[in-house]
Amino acid sequence: MTTATPTTTPRSSAPRLRSTRGGSKDRARTRGHSVDRPRRSVLLTVLTALVLLYALVPLAWLVINATKTQGDLFSSFGLWFGDSFALLSNIGQTLTYDDGIFVRWFANTLLYVVLGAGGATALAVLGGYGLAKFSFPGKRAVFAVVIGAVAVPGTALAVPTFLMFSQMGLTNTPWSVIIPSLISPFGLYLMWTFAAEAIPTELLEAARMDGASEARTFGQICLPLLAPGIVTVLLFTMVATWNNYFLPLIMLKDPDWYPLTLGLNAWNAQAATAGGEAIFHLVITGSVLTIVPLVVAFLFLQRYWQSGLAAGSVKE
Amino acid sequence: MTQTAVPVAAAALTAPRRRRTRGSWTGWGFVGPFMAVFALVFLAPIAYSLWISLFRTQLVGGTTFVGLENYQRALEDPQFWSALGRVTAFLAVQVPVMLGIALLVALALDSGRLYGRDFFRISIFLPYAVPAVVATLMWGFMYGTRFGLVGNINDALGTTLPNPLSPDLVLAAIGNIVTWEFVGYNMLIFYSALRTVPTSLYEAAEIDGAGQWRVITAIKLPAIRGALVVATIFSIIGSFQLFNEPSILQSLAPNAITTYFTPNLYAFSLSFSGQQYNYSATVALIMGVLTMVIAYVVQLRGMRKEA
Amino acid sequence: MTRTTRPARPSAARRSTALRGAAVVGALALTLAACSGGGGSDADPEAAAEEGGELLVWAWDPTVEPIAEAYMEANPDVTIELVNAGTGNDQYTALQNAISAGSGVPDLAQIEYYALPQFAIGESLADLTELGADELEGTYTPGPWNAVQQGEGVYGLPLDSGPMALFYNEELFTQHGIEVPTTWEEYVAAARTLHAADPNAYITADTGDAGLATSLMWQAGGRPFQVEGTDVTVDLADEGSQQYAELWQQLVGEDLVAPISAWSDEWYQGLGNGTIATLVTGAWMPGNFESGVPEGSGKWRVAPMPQWEAGESVTAENGGSAMSVMEASENKALAYDFLEFASAGDGVQIRIDGGGFPATVADLESEEYLGTESEYFGGQKINEVLSQAAADVSEGWQYLPFQVYANSVFNDTVGQAYVSDATIAEGLSAWQEQLVTYGNDQGFTVE
Repeated sequence: MTTATPTTTPRSSAPRLRSTRGGSKDRARTRGHSVDRPRRSVLLTVLTALVLLYALVPLAWLVINATKTQGDLFSSFGLWFGDSFALLSNIGQTLTYDDGIFVRWFANTLLYVVLGAGGATALAVLGGYGLAKFSFPGKRAVFAVVIGAVAVPGTALAVPTFLMFSQMGLTNTPWSVIIPSLISPFGLYLMWTFAAEAIPTELLEAARMDGASEARTFGQICLPLLAPGIVTVLLFTMVATWNNYFLPLIMLKDPDWYPLTLGLNAWNAQAATAGGEAIFHLVITGSVLTIVPLVVAFLFLQRYWQSGLAAGSVKE
Repeated sequence: MTQTAVPVAAAALTAPRRRRTRGSWTGWGFVGPFMAVFALVFLAPIAYSLWISLFRTQLVGGTTFVGLENYQRALEDPQFWSALGRVTAFLAVQVPVMLGIALLVALALDSGRLYGRDFFRISIFLPYAVPAVVATLMWGFMYGTRFGLVGNINDALGTTLPNPLSPDLVLAAIGNIVTWEFVGYNMLIFYSALRTVPTSLYEAAEIDGAGQWRVITAIKLPAIRGALVVATIFSIIGSFQLFNEPSILQSLAPNAITTYFTPNLYAFSLSFSGQQYNYSATVALIMGVLTMVIAYVVQLRGMRKEA
Repeated sequence: MTRTTRPARPSAARRSTALRGAAVVGALALTLAACSGGGGSDADPEAAAEEGGELLVWAWDPTVEPIAEAYMEANPDVTIELVNAGTGNDQYTALQNAISAGSGVPDLAQIEYYALPQFAIGESLADLTELGADELEGTYTPGPWNAVQQGEGVYGLPLDSGPMALFYNEELFTQHGIEVPTTWEEYVAAARTLHAADPNAYITADTGDAGLATSLMWQAGGRPFQVEGTDVTVDLADEGSQQYAELWQQLVGEDLVAPISAWSDEWYQGLGNGTIATLVTGAWMPGNFESGVPEGSGKWRVAPMPQWEAGESVTAENGGSAMSVMEASENKALAYDFLEFASAGDGVQIRIDGGGFPATVADLESEEYLGTESEYFGGQKINEVLSQAAADVSEGWQYLPFQVYANSVFNDTVGQAYVSDATIAEGLSAWQEQLVTYGNDQGFTVE
């Protein structure tokens, strides 16, 4: 990974730009199959459906079991509904249990996602753009160092990180979760490759010729061009922050600052304490409620991030 | 044909090199913020780990400088090697299976021969939205041979499916969870890459009279080699750092998932149950170096074929 | 069997413990920690309470919250911030991290008995004798009182206690015509009869639990861990430990225990639907039955713990926790005042009302407590059995000063007997080997 630059002949990227980031019309035109419009295959659909089942059955299990009471959960068949349909009451209980702590966790998660994923995306966009469009001392080393550091297991860095943060007075505050999530090496990489492709150098040179400042060039000319890539990185960092578990576990002691993942795990563990109440049904319902916002975000944003991902991934 | 498709993969990285118009520090203005935070949350703890890996701290007796003793100990530690062996086996089986399925689905989607392509695409991707914690808790419930889904199936069909969490199967059970979580994610990376293959290539193939299979092997796969290499590298890093799934399943299968089940779990146990911070840091650093070396080799091999 | 029922040995506390150069736990503390908080240790707790102040308390037990509220009501100038920093090990990790970092350490923390020596030997806990804890001798039953003492000091006050008893599903026993076992021999026989009559039913569930294993050794008179300062002896082949190994080998070897991990959803399910017939566990269990196993209501009963020799009545402790004042607390007197309130004052009744099992003799012997009929347990006066169990706890047990680590590798070693051809005895010797290595690595002198 130290040589971040594969050795192949450069090729003008201009022709591909239109095809990757165009609207749906463009896309249709570039599809290989529009050439020969293959017939649909039942067999292939059925085979792919097997993978689909694999992906969806556990989710179905989760949703179905979110409709059961704690009692039914134990006594009824996993993939079908129980005697009771308790989804609404489960949701009600989840939201109100322990003075509505779940809502608090939800709000915390949102905070971490907005600041963490938002910040991570901003840093990755700036950094990726810088790497793609400038040459500067130490540039070659940047990505090598980033990838090298990523290879060191984060769990083992937790204690040193904790002690450092503790000295800075950051532990048990939202910052201890937000600051580490500001770094998305994959996001940086994606933006780097995307920016290199999406922003024609001629455009930059023209802007500079006109005397525009670097900041202005970036903000007014490049940012719009980077939009699909930004959405993609934002989605990845959102998922990463939303699912963040280990670092908050180390950093936070106060359940009032927990994100959802930590809260759900605490609920699951609660059954194991003397005097603790077993609330597996709320763990399941809470899990469903945790997933729903992400799924919704995916569905809404998929048009954008598909194209962003396409431009980025192909060059990885 | 291959030759024309491949360079796409490298265009972005090589393009900036051609242009050294601004060989100044301006670039740092953009990269600087990222690197500053990065130094704080990655480099500083790593440097700190390097430092403490040279010491030994005892509950009784305090801290002494021991040089490379911890490294020597790790190389002779059967638990460390058994953990490493386990993730290597995991890597050898799970990663190809996951990436293979992902690739097949991506090709199927890309072939245009599916009914309901968009539905497939988004649905298969959905598990990626499920946090690893939730995914593991959920599969843990389902793996139950008595009252879980496995138990339900046994009851309904009169079968005796083996316990997925028994020592022989637990690695496979974890592999299944990881595959479930990431197959859609990898599929999407491949699929997106496939969609950027220039139309002209397919047209040329058609003129040559190439069949579907030939189009796949001669055009599509070479065209997305870059994506394949990166997906492989990230999967390798993921496998070597396997932690969340075994650590959460541990309460259900305490004997099958030992404290040294994976190197990362081992480092965690050393640190948090045994307070052997120094040795734990050593294990983590060794794993980091190993991961880097393997990722580097994969990248070299993957990219060399291109040239 | 030569085991004496009540070792005449004076309590572990009376032995001297000159800790030689005990280190601050955690390497990192040395480079980063500033200085230890101090002062206030000679102040008068009651005066401190009047003066007021703020306390940070880490506890996961749900009854601590109402206790803190009651205390603040009685002492309006005191503010208590209660934080649930995780259960058991999670909290110890957090506590250890805070101690290492030298900041964010609470004034008081809930610590299970088995983990207490580890924090005490790291000099993280305040010795409460100067604050008046030595006057409380006799207030508590011997099990928990023993557990909070280390050397000459008292390093916490008991919150609850877990004298063991046999919880059994009476319905299941009646259905199969099985007598409630009074000895372990009968227990194994019952296990065989039950499983033969109903292959889906097991006498109990276990996948290897260090707490249960050590408690059974304890009851059998085994004292595998001996600690004198930094001299530690580990002998997991002593007679009591062997007795445990033989007994459990029969159960595990013949597949008579359900391979269901405690506290999992399957476990709760099994307790409710007749898969798991008994639990031999601490007296804090009834609360968990009521909230976690509603289907079991009316079916379950409590009996004395099975004995190693017919006619005896010896028990051991399982679980239970103390609350300790941290050495880093800057207001130890106030912390102690709250602790005494929670552990020996009005807090006890609040805990009892919340379903906890008290460690205080007076409450255990009160007629009201003994006479309480438990609806869940079919109207049985379960406290009679449980109180007796508390009085019968065998004395002289010690945990290792690194028991948290020891328990964490129990499944790596002894646990293998549950899933392979290895025997429990082999597992114990592997465990012993690992403990000796670890202890010596950590600077103890271990044999």
